[in-house]
Amino acid sequence: MSEPPILVLDGFSVRLPMGADRPHALDDVSLSIASNEILCIVGESGSGKSMMANAIMRLLPNEVAIERGRMMFDGRDLCAADAAEMREVRGAGIAMIFQEPMTALNPLRTVGDQIAEMFGIHTDLSRAEIDARVLALLEDVRIPNPKLTAKAYPHELSGGQRQRAMIAMALALDPRLLIADEPTTALDVTTQAQILKLIRDLQQRKKTAVLFITHDFGVVAEIADREIVMQHGRIVEQGTADAVLSHPSHPYTRQLIAAVPPLKAPPPRPLSSENILTVADVSKTYRTGGFLGRGARVTAAVKNATLNLPKGATLGIVGESGSGKSTLARCIVRLIDPDAGAILLRDKDWAQMKRDDVRRETRHIQMVFQDPFASLNPRRKAAELVAQGPIVHGTPRAKAIAEARELFALVGLDPSAGDRFPHEFSGGQRQRIGLARALALKPDVLIADEPVSALDVSVQAQVLRLLGELRERLGLSIVFITHDLRVAAQVCDLVAVMKEGEIVEHGLVADVFGRPQHPYTKALIAAVPGGEFTAQHEAAVS
Amino acid sequence: MDAVKRYFRSPAAVIGLVLLLVVIAMAVGAGHLYPRDPLALAGRPLLWPFTNPRFPLGTDNSGRDIAAQIFYGARISLLIGGVATAIAVAIGTLIGAFAGYYGGWIDNVLMRITEAFQTLPNFVLLLVLVAVFGSTLTTVTIAIGVVSWPAPARLTRAEFLSLRNREFVQAGRTLGMKDLQLILGEILPNALPPVIVYASVVMALSILLESALAFLRLSDPNVASWGNLIGLGRDVLRVQWYVSAIPGIAILVTVLAVSLVGQGLNDALNPRLKSR
Repeated sequence: MSEPPILVLDGFSVRLPMGADRPHALDDVSLSIASNEILCIVGESGSGKSMMANAIMRLLPNEVAIERGRMMFDGRDLCAADAAEMREVRGAGIAMIFQEPMTALNPLRTVGDQIAEMFGIHTDLSRAEIDARVLALLEDVRIPNPKLTAKAYPHELSGGQRQRAMIAMALALDPRLLIADEPTTALDVTTQAQILKLIRDLQQRKKTAVLFITHDFGVVAEIADREIVMQHGRIVEQGTADAVLSHPSHPYTRQLIAAVPPLKAPPPRPLSSENILTVADVSKTYRTGGFLGRGARVTAAVKNATLNLPKGATLGIVGESGSGKSTLARCIVRLIDPDAGAILLRDKDWAQMKRDDVRRETRHIQMVFQDPFASLNPRRKAAELVAQGPIVHGTPRAKAIAEARELFALVGLDPSAGDRFPHEFSGGQRQRIGLARALALKPDVLIADEPVSALDVSVQAQVLRLLGELRERLGLSIVFITHDLRVAAQVCDLVAVMKEGEIVEHGLVADVFGRPQHPYTKALIAAVPGGEFTAQHEAAVS
Repeated sequence: MDAVKRYFRSPAAVIGLVLLLVVIAMAVGAGHLYPRDPLALAGRPLLWPFTNPRFPLGTDNSGRDIAAQIFYGARISLLIGGVATAIAVAIGTLIGAFAGYYGGWIDNVLMRITEAFQTLPNFVLLLVLVAVFGSTLTTVTIAIGVVSWPAPARLTRAEFLSLRNREFVQAGRTLGMKDLQLILGEILPNALPPVIVYASVVMALSILLESALAFLRLSDPNVASWGNLIGLGRDVLRVQWYVSAIPGIAILVTVLAVSLVGQGLNDALNPRLKSR
């Protein structure tokens, strides 16, 4: 490392308030970042990585305090800086980009206006000069049509464009250090690949130091020069990206890397020739606005989707956000009424069924939801949540609760957990409760809508393993919706790729991912971050 | 349990609760302390407070014991406040829940009705109801409840609108629950905390509405209520101002207590809002 360090943390500790799950958010953290390097901080949720970003910006919540240590930036200790000094440093010296660009931008002001504000606060440039700079910045981050974009409001831009605008804003004053807190987590893979490349390019051109916080080892492989692995607020391992990724020394790092699912599909399983679920030509169109049928905005969420699910198989539906995969899933369980087509399950056409019949038949097809926090009613105990379904379908309450406790053991939870409320469980445990709830009705088909995308990699691996075991044991057939191709490759026998409401390609996982035919599938596979790392990782796993 | 702890951490909320308990104690103890009819003539009219130990708060213009009326008035105020609030919140949550859950034309119809009620000043509506149905304690209480439901209805509707598309509600639907089960069992318990908090506002307003009616001598004259006493005191306001002032203070204290308790409940039930 020839460049001098820009930011040095030395024995840095941040104390959490009493009653938190551990005494320190950050415990004795020492690190340094040189200019012109990208340092990735990797860790699972709760490892303190975001707290680190906020601590460097001195934007900690009131009840959390820096306990000891030094934080040297540009020759001064930021721990000792007063509010006025920090205001100078923020934006001009250290800039930050966030995970969710929609909430980080002010919805009532144009993008150009918000970038211009950076210059307004920190410089004495004239209005014309500022406008010119804003345009130049927007060109730098390669936003199509910068002049129009500057006049656009945040909601008029796509997620990727908003993140580009955020980056433009962060880089406005040529900061020496850029902190990026999971900047691509909320984006689709293809957009993520573009943003990662953009950050890389800008960093090299401007010689900025970048502190990049992420949970995704693929992203690390893509972008990092050096990386730091954090667990429970401590640094467990650091080194150059190559060294840590290919020869991890700490067991925690090894465990994390092993939990990253490879993109290569395991050998195919024999599939039943009998289809349990057939979806034929299902369409769903949304109409918004308009008057008496005229001038309405028409969005085709699902167009003529046709799928077959063999008995005992897992069918993956992959696609980016807005591709209609969740709408299709909700059509199948009739949370949404499809406009056209047929959904055949147990010789009945679900698409044509009346509401009352759907209510009766619904125990044959159950759903697991994405968000482990929103999908459980916070005011019911876990056992009650699981027992609800059987109770609705006529099982006596005491028997249903007893069965629920048995199910807890099946999904790997302690049966005594039934008396606790959802908020007393971790994300992975909640997802197990959601799974138990769906299984309580002994369904033939399980629809899983992004069941692991809100979970950390290691927890994700456990839940996927559980899903695989249950499939074998209970003879379940599963429709698995995900945006993550790696996860799809691991759990699915068949896969369908959706784009703008249409299924563009489907077939066996090994065929679709191994020899993609459609250009969109190829683009998706190319965009999975950390291509080389993935290849090595696959070699190591197989 | 956390909510209880948070509640007692706020001094204002504790003071409110103590005041409210005092008012409740007055209502409960009225019969013991003053076994006689509070509206019976007790002594010389218009005795100033603290002049005669038999009448610590003096007597009103017909010679009735003000202290006794204050104690019995606490009963009436709490009764009207409680029952009218229960009526208003019941109607409001029912209408709000259906409007918010079903949306579409049901929402449109119910909300237009709510707006019709809201555009009329509710005191005017109350006057009309009392004029038509008479001014017994029962009709007055029901009338106050009937004019106070639009705000809880709107609040409940807003909560339902945000909750009905949550995944746990969808999960309930995929389990085969009926609409009523979803509304009452799944969504309502999650929608209630802000409505409970707002109920304290409705209660304070109900007490004030009854006093205002009584001040216009349109409330039930056969019960000892604070409003009636203020109404009587109107005639001697310039000289014997205490006849109106004492029940006025009682109303002030009660409404303050209810508001403080409501604020405390709000902070206890929505802890995240408080720390902002």
